[in-house]
Amino acid sequence: MRSSVIIFPGSNCDRDMDVALKKYGFKNHMIWHNDITLPKCDLVVLPGGFSYGDYLRCGSIAGKSKIIQSVIDFAKSGGLVLGICNGFQILTETGLLPGVLQQNKYLNFICRNVHVKVNDKKNKYFKDISKDILELHIAHNEGNYFCSEEELKVIEDNNQIALTYCNSDGSNNKDSNPNGALKNIAGIFNKEKNVLGMMPHPERMIDKYLSGQDGSVFFENLIRNSK
Amino acid sequence: MKIKIIVTLKSGVLDPQGKAIQQTLTGMGFNDVKEVRQGKYFDIETNESDEAKAKKNVDEMCKKLLANLVIEDYKIL
Repeated sequence: MRSSVIIFPGSNCDRDMDVALKKYGFKNHMIWHNDITLPKCDLVVLPGGFSYGDYLRCGSIAGKSKIIQSVIDFAKSGGLVLGICNGFQILTETGLLPGVLQQNKYLNFICRNVHVKVNDKKNKYFKDISKDILELHIAHNEGNYFCSEEELKVIEDNNQIALTYCNSDGSNNKDSNPNGALKNIAGIFNKEKNVLGMMPHPERMIDKYLSGQDGSVFFENLIRNSK
Repeated sequence: MKIKIIVTLKSGVLDPQGKAIQQTLTGMGFNDVKEVRQGKYFDIETNESDEAKAKKNVDEMCKKLLANLVIEDYKIL
């Protein structure tokens, strides 16, 4: 399985993602944002960070960078596109995912572990995943998911909510919502479910001696399903 | 030619920064403040001399980049 991680100026989780993908068997290439074409691959990852210094709106400038048209074409042809954190923000700015990530409700940068519930398993990212609740790390200032009521209805009708913030027992409520996100949304799919954007960083949870291993569960499952 | 644009959050969209500013103003003694909404202002200098054409281009810029129409409205002044 081949993957490509796009590096934007200001990306800072690109190398962590490279390490994680390689650890679970992906043959990964790092792609510079000024490139125009993608190498042949099965998965494209937009990593976390602060692309273009978060100027204008998070992800807005990266969403117009040279490589993006190739990423959009790849997604439209059914290729897997995964956006983590700033990558999620970029995906909403390109229009590949609906909605927007606003500033956290209490104006604070949040950096801690959270629990998220897997909401839908009829997709390549979470099919047959061994855990329904994952403990993952978040680190963001703009993770407060928002969309219009009409859009939310479409998202819910198509089961596009991928992950929701929850308590360790899986219950969703206000207390388990770190940033004010609508319906506790931590990750969403496009309609076809080949594009996934999520605020939590699975690449930070792949070593029991560093942080935790629920990211491993995610990547092991992803490569199994990508084959 | 210079064209000015104001981008604001749509009504109904939460504006935590505006709320923090409003609370601070109230704390400073400006008791008349009812609500604060924060926005962005752009000054675009264009080489286009035809005002109608220039504004049409700027309108496209707003739709494609300067505003996120999911949560923001824009006004070309």
